[in-house]
Amino acid sequence: MLRKMMDKIAPWFDKGKPLAPFQPAYDAIDTFLYTPKHVATGSVHVRDSLCLKRTMTTVMIAVLPCVLFAMFNTGYQAFAAMQAAGMSEIPVSGSWLTFQWQAWLMHQLINMSGSWGLLAMTADPSNWLACIVYGALYFIPVYAVTFIVGILWELLFASVKSEEINEGFFVTSLLLPLTLPATIPLWQVAIAITFGVVVGKEIFGGTGRNFMNPALVARAFLFFTFPQQISGDTIWVAVDGLSAATPLGMTLTEGMEGIRQLATAQSLTEMQYWFHAFVGLIPGSMGETSTLCCLIGAALLIYTGIGSWRIMSSMLVGAMGTAGLFYFMYATGMVNSPVYGVFPHWHFVLGGLAFGMIFMATDPVTASMTTKGQFAYGFLIGFLVLLVRVVNPAYPEGVMLAILFGNVCAPLIDYVIVRANIKRRELRNV
Amino acid sequence: MSDYKEIIVKPIFRNNPILLQILGICSALAVTTKLETAITMSIAVTIVTACSSAVISLIRNFIPDSIRMIVQMVVIASFVIVVDQILKAYAFEISRQLSVFVGLIITNCILMGRAEAFAMKNPPVASFLDGIGNGLGYSLVLVVLAGIRELLGSGKLLGFTLFQTVNDGGWFQPWGIMLLAPSAFFLIGFLIWILRTFDPSQIEE
Repeated sequence: MLRKMMDKIAPWFDKGKPLAPFQPAYDAIDTFLYTPKHVATGSVHVRDSLCLKRTMTTVMIAVLPCVLFAMFNTGYQAFAAMQAAGMSEIPVSGSWLTFQWQAWLMHQLINMSGSWGLLAMTADPSNWLACIVYGALYFIPVYAVTFIVGILWELLFASVKSEEINEGFFVTSLLLPLTLPATIPLWQVAIAITFGVVVGKEIFGGTGRNFMNPALVARAFLFFTFPQQISGDTIWVAVDGLSAATPLGMTLTEGMEGIRQLATAQSLTEMQYWFHAFVGLIPGSMGETSTLCCLIGAALLIYTGIGSWRIMSSMLVGAMGTAGLFYFMYATGMVNSPVYGVFPHWHFVLGGLAFGMIFMATDPVTASMTTKGQFAYGFLIGFLVLLVRVVNPAYPEGVMLAILFGNVCAPLIDYVIVRANIKRRELRNV
Repeated sequence: MSDYKEIIVKPIFRNNPILLQILGICSALAVTTKLETAITMSIAVTIVTACSSAVISLIRNFIPDSIRMIVQMVVIASFVIVVDQILKAYAFEISRQLSVFVGLIITNCILMGRAEAFAMKNPPVASFLDGIGNGLGYSLVLVVLAGIRELLGSGKLLGFTLFQTVNDGGWFQPWGIMLLAPSAFFLIGFLIWILRTFDPSQIEE
């Protein structure tokens, strides 16, 4: 029936018809639902059965654990902070401008669900259903805004250039919300994705021609434009008036002592708290906290060959090596600042290192193409992440900036590798 | 007469020093966080460009070719020093905000560019008007940039509050990036984009 409907409206988009400018939109929906109409006939060169759509779909499936955990953890952190503050009901406050409809809606849902038996929800971190629902109330609007605003720009550019809209944006729109805190105002998300899509991608020619990851461009724009809404202590908890410091933020001033304080506050040992952080039960941007979910995604990406294991592994080695070096400097008394003394295995689970390493740095468009270049590229990013985190006191997190810098360097790395190869072969054939 | 008009008007849109020749970018990034400093800078650059072009044009037949750059620089520097001293005397606060950038007008490529490209080959009146025209082209970009940056960056125009910022109890969330230099790069890029959409002859191959 859907096929019939699509076929019926197809002629409306032909050349010369009133809806002709929207042909890319029609084509996008049609190929998304069915296989493309324009299939190659005759002799073609096909290396494997992987196309952009399949690549992007695989990435989206790989991100899915992070998405689910993002929803859960957003609710979990909110309720945990309420528990710590001794509150049992979600406070609903604010003028019309700052009204928190999520809190209000959740309040109603909890009241209604009292009679639902097993599905009864309470504002309690141990009630996983309530956590997911409350988190979804925050995550889904951010995702929806990202997707709708972004796809409108994509459509506009595709229409003007009379090109087909392509699937790259689906991944961008899913990655961006995961890197944002739950309390981010939606209009800021709209501006950020506009900037990311237009400046980060479309003015360079669209997916495949962008030299920087559009999701990170969008986040960087937010980071520098509205710093209060994306960094600091007050934004990580989706409850009005409550705040929580991220463990990474604590290390900046107090080093390992800060992490131990957070662990003690939850009556956990340091090792138990590490597992907490590994699973992702710490405050932070929505999707970046869970190293475990990122690793599940990594397994899928590496197994299908879509994410480069070279970039991931070399970035990990770079980051851990640099962290080890800093710890060595701290342990031998060369530097006094406590942030140098954070153990490498803590750096691995804090902040967005795993998320950036697995989903952002490996973006095939913006990463290095050559095999050796990928090692150099990953290592450079890993090193820079730690450099920004530890040495620069202004920014507690360096993953975003490090990857953007790596993106910029990637063509240069490739150029050097290719030149070196040409030189080597020239020498061989004198 | 229409020649003179052409000389003044052409650099504003069709041959804009910043948007087409891509000269004088550094000061366009540095002084455009506020409209006030941008306007002062615009006036200073326009006066210096016009006067130095006129003077260089007057003595153009006496300048030996081998040292012409040095002579041009001496003339430009003299005018910059005069402007700098006047600003210090009568508008000290703005002069302090502009800090080193008034002195750096000397190195503004627009001045050397006009001296080399126009004043050395044309009579004084035409050179003077050419300086005015290029100064106006530069001013236009600076004022547009500074207007956007001050309005979005701090909710003000010329120091008057238009949008009450959140920190002062209003609703407007200032765009921090507008106070940083990269925003001027993006905005200049967008201006060039808009200009070339209307005048495709400026698009380079």
